[in-house]
Amino acid sequence: MPVAQLAILVIDESHERATLIERGLRDAGHNQVIIVSQLNGLVSRIEEISPDVIVMDLGNPNRDFLEHMFRISKAIQKPIAMFVDQSSEQSMFDAIEAGVSAYVVDGLKQERVKPILDLAIARFKAFEKIRLERDEAVQALDERKSVDRAKGVLMQAYAISESEAFVMLRKTAMQQGRKVAAIADAVVQSARSKEKGKK
Amino acid sequence: MKAVRAGFLPLLDASIVIAAAELGFAEEENINLHLMRETSWANVRDRVSVGQLDVAHMLAPMPIAQNLGLSPLSVKMIAPFALGLGGNAVTVSNALWQAMLKQGANELGDAKANGQALHQVLLNRSPITLAVVHSHSAHSFELRYWLAASGINPTKDVNITIVSPGLMADALASGAIDGFCVGEPWNSVAVAAGHGKVVTTKSAIWRSSPEKVLGMTQKWAEQNSETLNRLLRALHKSAIWCATIENRETLAGMLAQPSYLNLNEKILLRSLEGRLIDDIPRQDFIQFYESSANFPWQSHALWFYSQMARWQHIALTSENMVIAKASYRPDIYRGALIGTAAVLPDQDAKIEGGLPGLNTGGFFDMITFNPDAIEDYVKRSAFFGALHNN
Repeated sequence: MPVAQLAILVIDESHERATLIERGLRDAGHNQVIIVSQLNGLVSRIEEISPDVIVMDLGNPNRDFLEHMFRISKAIQKPIAMFVDQSSEQSMFDAIEAGVSAYVVDGLKQERVKPILDLAIARFKAFEKIRLERDEAVQALDERKSVDRAKGVLMQAYAISESEAFVMLRKTAMQQGRKVAAIADAVVQSARSKEKGKK
Repeated sequence: MKAVRAGFLPLLDASIVIAAAELGFAEEENINLHLMRETSWANVRDRVSVGQLDVAHMLAPMPIAQNLGLSPLSVKMIAPFALGLGGNAVTVSNALWQAMLKQGANELGDAKANGQALHQVLLNRSPITLAVVHSHSAHSFELRYWLAASGINPTKDVNITIVSPGLMADALASGAIDGFCVGEPWNSVAVAAGHGKVVTTKSAIWRSSPEKVLGMTQKWAEQNSETLNRLLRALHKSAIWCATIENRETLAGMLAQPSYLNLNEKILLRSLEGRLIDDIPRQDFIQFYESSANFPWQSHALWFYSQMARWQHIALTSENMVIAKASYRPDIYRGALIGTAAVLPDQDAKIEGGLPGLNTGGFFDMITFNPDAIEDYVKRSAFFGALHNN
């Protein structure tokens, strides 16, 4: 006889990440996955769905409220705790470290919850990696823009070529033990304040 | 330099921790204090428990609740330093305030008169909803204490829910709640937006009462005892600086920054001055240093425990009492601050509300709390019988 499907609720304001988790859970054979990204009316939704496992972003500012609801709500029939038993405390540590908080209903076995939690943790980490890479890409772009501007300032001020301007930036950066982008920022800033001074 | 990661929530009573990092008090003690702003108390609790944070600005009852098994994680926590006294207030919606005025509410935030007015209002209407920031918070216990002493049964006559501090004003404006008890500046923010009225303050309910602590795991404290001593000395210096009236404007400007509270500096200055009601400054509204504000009195821990037992969060047993008491560590405080200007009381506990004028604080209903007679105190408290005979 097949084991009854667990209803899994994913509460995440980041729809992108929630979708990533949902897809993973479905691939693992969980068909009852519900995503909620709006907190309005969440409590009545939880009553409706009656989830066995709730996965939530640690950064959710309503965690205190939700934990309270899980604890006291009579409408949510089964008590919900943050982990199943002492043996699952390590999984919960791993989850928190990855930025996930998970809650499970009383009476659920650790063997059934652990794979779900592991999957959520893996997806959270994957999402974090994507986000970091994206941030780095944006930062790299910003830095390049700043270096281009600084080169322009130097080319005009010293009547030098673009490559000479870059050499100047790099040399200063090496002398001061700072990043080229940081020196470029300083050059652009000081040119701007000089402009303001003239006006 | 030793790096220490410290979590905080955007509140006025995070001042001591923020100023310790900003003004170099930590650095003077050879500590690189990394501040990390958090979004919920559950996060603070969990991140400290798993070691992502070394220490945190924490709700005073939180380490006690965790040690008593009321939290999801069973990691032992301690509080060796209190981050001040007071700092909260009770705010109600404009509609509820109008109803209270008709029942003789007082414009000066008098806890007794306004508690009675609220009681009168509630006799003739369905239960109202009041919010606090966490189940195991001083807010929750002082609000319940005030209501119960005013004849209102907090388990029946009102619904008490949980809302994050920064979301209180919006919840009040939308009508989702009728009032709340929250730390500053979130009362002032709601009042400035025209959504409500401050009816009383924590300092009026229980003068010089405990609010936040520096919380950490017992393990971290044991493995980093030297660092902890230096950190407490830095916080001690910071507390003196925060309590100095001449520094208030600078402190307000510091807290106003986007990485800390990200709010208008003027609102913060008014909060620091205790100008919550009718623009009258109240010196004892929030105390960062005076009245032994940083000493972790075990009688404070035991009072929180008495309230947990009173409202059936935990059983009243001698084992639980010992656990609650040991969550506060005056021994560590003394060890760290010996040789400084800090007053080091030779007792670990005192009678709360007992000796007016001797900085022991007082409850608005004039009842005293003797930590050596908790059972009697709890059993005599209002609504205890009704709640426990059901």
